[in-house]
Amino acid sequence: MSTDSSSLWNKIKSWPLLLPVVALILVMALNILHDVAVGANPLSFFTITLNQTTSGGTILYGRIIDILNRGSEVAILALGMTLVVSSSAGTDISVGSVMSLSASFCCMLLAGFGVTSTNELRVPLIVGVLAAFAMGTLCGCFNGTLVAYFGIQPMVATLILFSAARAIGLLVCNNMIVYIRNATFGAFGAFTGPLPTPIIIAAICIAIVAVVLRKTSLGMYIQSVGINSKASRIAGLNSKRIIFLTYVICGFFAGVAGLVNSSRITSADSNNIGLYYEMDAILAVALGGNSLGGGKFNLAGSIIGAYTIQAITTTLYALGVSTDQAPVYKAIIVVIIVAIQAPPVRAFFRKRANAKAFGKEAAKA
Amino acid sequence: MKKAKNINSNTLLLLITVVLFIALYAGGCIVYSAKGFTHLQTFLNILITNSGLICVACGLTVVMLTAGIDISVGSLVAMDCMMLAVGMRNGIGAIPMCLLVLITGVVFGLVQGSLIGYLNIQPFIVTMAGMFFGRGMTAVICTEQVSITQEINATFYKWANAKITLPFGGYTNNKGKYMAPFVRVEVLIALLVLIIIFLMLRYTRFGRALYAIGGSEQSAAMMGLNVKATKMKAYMLSSVLTSIGGICYCLNTMAGSVQQATGLEMDAISSAVIGGTLLTGGVGNVLGSFIGVLINGTISSIVKTNGKLASSWPNILTAALLFVFIVIQSLFAAMRARKNR
Repeated sequence: MSTDSSSLWNKIKSWPLLLPVVALILVMALNILHDVAVGANPLSFFTITLNQTTSGGTILYGRIIDILNRGSEVAILALGMTLVVSSSAGTDISVGSVMSLSASFCCMLLAGFGVTSTNELRVPLIVGVLAAFAMGTLCGCFNGTLVAYFGIQPMVATLILFSAARAIGLLVCNNMIVYIRNATFGAFGAFTGPLPTPIIIAAICIAIVAVVLRKTSLGMYIQSVGINSKASRIAGLNSKRIIFLTYVICGFFAGVAGLVNSSRITSADSNNIGLYYEMDAILAVALGGNSLGGGKFNLAGSIIGAYTIQAITTTLYALGVSTDQAPVYKAIIVVIIVAIQAPPVRAFFRKRANAKAFGKEAAKA
Repeated sequence: MKKAKNINSNTLLLLITVVLFIALYAGGCIVYSAKGFTHLQTFLNILITNSGLICVACGLTVVMLTAGIDISVGSLVAMDCMMLAVGMRNGIGAIPMCLLVLITGVVFGLVQGSLIGYLNIQPFIVTMAGMFFGRGMTAVICTEQVSITQEINATFYKWANAKITLPFGGYTNNKGKYMAPFVRVEVLIALLVLIIIFLMLRYTRFGRALYAIGGSEQSAAMMGLNVKATKMKAYMLSSVLTSIGGICYCLNTMAGSVQQATGLEMDAISSAVIGGTLLTGGVGNVLGSFIGVLINGTISSIVKTNGKLASSWPNILTAALLFVFIVIQSLFAAMRARKNR
């Protein structure tokens, strides 16, 4: 009996998703405690209701739906970021700015240069959408070339677009916020039937990446390049091309996230779209139990991590913390999470566990 | 022999930076001579507006020498300004507030440094948390913009408005009045910091240890250097210098607000990289970073003098410059690798 439980415990301890899931459970527990404290229904966090909108449609409503909805962009970004971190042991800090640039470029095409507000689209919607994706991919190519072929550290290489992309976005929009008051453009950030569209888009992105990684050996290649790019090259992999590819994928997803974010507010606000999203995306990867030193990755962990971050943000707002002050708590959470994962701390706990086991053995004898 | 060559290519990089700065500035002088770009005051104004950035860039260079990074500096500057503004509004004197800001810097750096040095957590993640914390803390202190006026604190106001005139380089304006060139207190602070850090890196045991750790952490440890403690001290130094930079920044803006100094960390990093500091550590010099800051300042000064260009141009130009520099750096590195083979 006791051996069974201990082996189960060991299984749990070595489960890769332990950290993100525990974090998510903690956040949920905090929500329930808060609801109990204010005297609301303790399960109000989990309740999902069907509400009537003013325009007559029925939509799903609830805190979980809200978290899934608002967390879509970070989840989409986290997909690309996980691959980048895995292959190159670095982070792409330009994703937030690239989101902004893609959104601005898309809106500029749809509204026409210099137009700040429009009701009808100048070009078909699909052109704008594809342009956003293409712009994201192009930025990814730029980052990928610098990192893979010039051997520049990922953070420095992406620093260029981090500061330039947002500025170029401003130029593209003629230094103004472009409003597109058109329902077809707003569809990506609105509802499809009862479900928020961003959730569906995020789900499609996750599904595509998951299928590609499962059905092809790309995932294994990326991990092997991340673990040792030299050895992978000798083993016959084109390490550089694989690193390049991960940055392109990351850029593409930044374009997708930019489109969703801009569609949500039906405008291109270059200064604010994607602000600090790169930090959330990197945080999602770290929270998902992935090492930022590259190598093995766990996509599910990153995705849970992304939604956990959104859950934390939503919870903080529910607790009455203002938008500006929320980063303080986020910072404390980050420090705790990374401190738990830090090698010296792990070594300390392992030593203590070993000492305990040794004590038990001694007691038996 | 091999070492001498390495140093050569690094000084060459610094030389390119210096030449570029001179070319940029000379270009500005030629194109905008009618708008007063040739006056010494234009250059001094670059120093005045960027005095905070000079201090911050010095701190970042120290950290980058150990192959680390500190992206918390922008938020820390914002937090410092807010502390100064709110503290003085509540009647605390200028000197106690400045000391408090410096102590905050020490504590901030101590926490970040021990997490990085002793717990071996990646600098990027730790300082990212520091960045969130600083920005959030600024909002916790006060969410609105607080200005420091003469009524709030006369001493600080006097410091901020003190003009230190130079005996040379003046000009007579179109009303016939002689305009003596001047600098402000914050410039003197920044230049003092620059000289101290330059001497420290060159001549002290701690300074040499930073280069050794950046070159190879393992070899440094084998040589008997205390890598963990040195790393921690580097981050402490960075935060303290950032706090000094924060005071300079506040003397310049005379206000505290949540959105202040956003992106300052990226300006400082790009200045250091343009100045020849490698992010891989072990190579770099605060003088280079100083010139990097001047290049950034010259670009924004040119754009400002032009008056017609959109405000996002300095960002784009600095990024383009950063691009050119890191490509050159990587080409040098490739050439060196080929030579060593």
